[in-house]
Amino acid sequence: MRHVISILMENEAGALSRVAGLFSARGYNIESLTVAPTEDGSMSRMTIVTSGSEEIIEQITKQLNKLIDVIKLVDLSEDEHIEREMALVKVKAVGEAREEYKRLADIFSGRILDVTDTTYTIELTDSGDRIVEFIAAINADEIIETVRSGVSGIARGEKSLYP
Amino acid sequence: MELTGAEILVRSLKEEGVTHLFGYPGGAVLHIYDALYQQDDVKHILVRHEQAATHAADGYARSTGKPGVALVTSGPGATNAVTGIATAFMDSIPMVVITGQVPTNMIGNDAFQEVDSIGITRPCVKHNFLVKDVAELAETIKKAFYIATTGRPGPVVIDIPKDVTAEKAEFKYPDTVSIRSYNPVVTGHIGQIKRAVAMMLAAERPIFYTGGGVILGRGAAELTELAQMLGYPVTNTLMGLGAYPATDKQFVGMLGMHGTYEANMSMHHCDVLIAIGARFDDRVTGNIEKFCPSAKIIHVDIDPSSISKNVKVDVPIVGSVPNVLQEMIKLLKAGDKKPDAKALASWWNQIEEWRAVDCLKYDHDSGQVKPQQVIESLYKATHGDAFVTSDVGQHQMWAAQYYKFDKPYRWINSGGLGTMGFGLPAAMGVQFAHPDATVACVTGEGSIQMCIQELSTCLQYGLPIKIIALNNRYLGMVRQWQEFFYKRRYAMSYMEALPDFVKLAESYGHVGMRIDNPADVDGAMEEAMKLKDRLVFMDFVTDQEENVYPMIPAGAGLNEMILV
Repeated sequence: MRHVISILMENEAGALSRVAGLFSARGYNIESLTVAPTEDGSMSRMTIVTSGSEEIIEQITKQLNKLIDVIKLVDLSEDEHIEREMALVKVKAVGEAREEYKRLADIFSGRILDVTDTTYTIELTDSGDRIVEFIAAINADEIIETVRSGVSGIARGEKSLYP
Repeated sequence: MELTGAEILVRSLKEEGVTHLFGYPGGAVLHIYDALYQQDDVKHILVRHEQAATHAADGYARSTGKPGVALVTSGPGATNAVTGIATAFMDSIPMVVITGQVPTNMIGNDAFQEVDSIGITRPCVKHNFLVKDVAELAETIKKAFYIATTGRPGPVVIDIPKDVTAEKAEFKYPDTVSIRSYNPVVTGHIGQIKRAVAMMLAAERPIFYTGGGVILGRGAAELTELAQMLGYPVTNTLMGLGAYPATDKQFVGMLGMHGTYEANMSMHHCDVLIAIGARFDDRVTGNIEKFCPSAKIIHVDIDPSSISKNVKVDVPIVGSVPNVLQEMIKLLKAGDKKPDAKALASWWNQIEEWRAVDCLKYDHDSGQVKPQQVIESLYKATHGDAFVTSDVGQHQMWAAQYYKFDKPYRWINSGGLGTMGFGLPAAMGVQFAHPDATVACVTGEGSIQMCIQELSTCLQYGLPIKIIALNNRYLGMVRQWQEFFYKRRYAMSYMEALPDFVKLAESYGHVGMRIDNPADVDGAMEEAMKLKDRLVFMDFVTDQEENVYPMIPAGAGLNEMILV
């Protein structure tokens, strides 16, 4: 099953490689991984999307907790939470397609960030599923490239990872 | 007062109570060696290979419970140390390893003797640090010792660039350390402990299965008290030997692949398994599908990730072993419920039947020196009170099976990683920690050659280690598997072109003995033990094709042992 694990960790050199190394050394899956410093520059917030049996997810959270740089973590999928991901999609936009992709971007609440005579670059921020749907709605031949940020997640309500 | 980084390092080690530092010099650590030269508090021991520095520090730690400390230079110094670091990591040994590094402005430039020590050691340390600012050095050292010795212990590497050891900073060693992201749990959950005690009291066929965590956590006395209060059988893992007195009647021997028949059968048939400081290693469980089919499992461990990793448990308790066991003892004393005496008597009857199989019997009349006989002779000659290190292979199993360890910290071997070459340098560390004790290194002619150069270190420091080499001219465990599972195709398991170990020992300034007659074993052993101030290399020419029995073949359950 798919799980979204949110980690608060020390913003130290090498902390990311400890997490990435743990996943590769123990053969766990990483579907996506995002990381950036928090408003408190001494800490980073990481969101990892992974999958595995309940036993494997339990081991993943325990092993992550064991890393000295990890301050706290939570498996967001255990409770109500919000997930968002950003995608940048560059498409060929000539002739009728120009109007069509404009409409499609509107339907998906996307924004066209860059326009040339022959291309659009569309930004979409939504759930991973919606992004997949959006990309599927575009003619594959007309996609020049896509860049996805990976999932960022946060719990609903008052809950927070801060100690 | 302002000190150089090198001086800060040495002073910090002194503050940590470090008396022995095992190391090998090189370019990146020259400032540190210069600082060491100018003081007498921290004794530096010069090994002959960095692998030996880490194993010696490891042996020191295993025999004292205090952290072992090693110092190596950058590049090859660090890579040579990796085997020893990984060995300590797999067995959760508290150790601090200081690696030199090229100057900070050259890091990443492929400088001479540069290697990414932090990257290379990351998967086999509890934590590691690269110190880029001399002002952070003392605090980093404090953190390193704190992390290495608390919670589930393990090795910590501190990588120090050469310029940092030359720069100056104000020295003040911190009294305390706090790391917001690291707070190991010590106290077990009282509700879970109550559940565990109730389950233990309701058991009809209970067994204690205890591992290295009991020794590392200093819980041997509590384990003995608890087990004897209840009268339940105890089995130890390879790493746990000595945590419960092996000569006590409640002890059923080691369990696992080469465990005793009574230990493994008791495990297989138990209804309540009380696992303490053990990690359900594959060498212990055999086929996990067939493991303890009718048991409810209680698991006490300091490391949450060890619980339900390989085997799902019913009552998990995270906490330090002595802390949790003291709670259990308190509850048992406060309550009036006692174990089911009738069920227990019938369980012991069954266990005694298994014990009567006498699975460790061997042929005493073969006319050849039997490896088992040598270990029994060592046990007699040392009155069961020696520190015994071992290398890895058949001799390791025989030592574990036939030397009855009554005390913790006495049996020192590489259980998790299985590192050949561990025994002799580990024995050096043990001998430094216990200068008046008898230290025996049980080894084979294969393993001893992996760190044989340390005979030179032993001469330099006058270490009177007794090397018990079981020389069967084979890589015995490899040969045994080839005999059982590869139709006796002995690929590369024959040790050709062996040196004359007697002459070799003598050339290093030690005493050498060769024993090839079973009638001479006891006499030679006595004679060697009398040479209190000399290293004696005892080359026992043993039965070539003796196997380690009992044995659980790969994929089998604990009740499916090969006996003889």
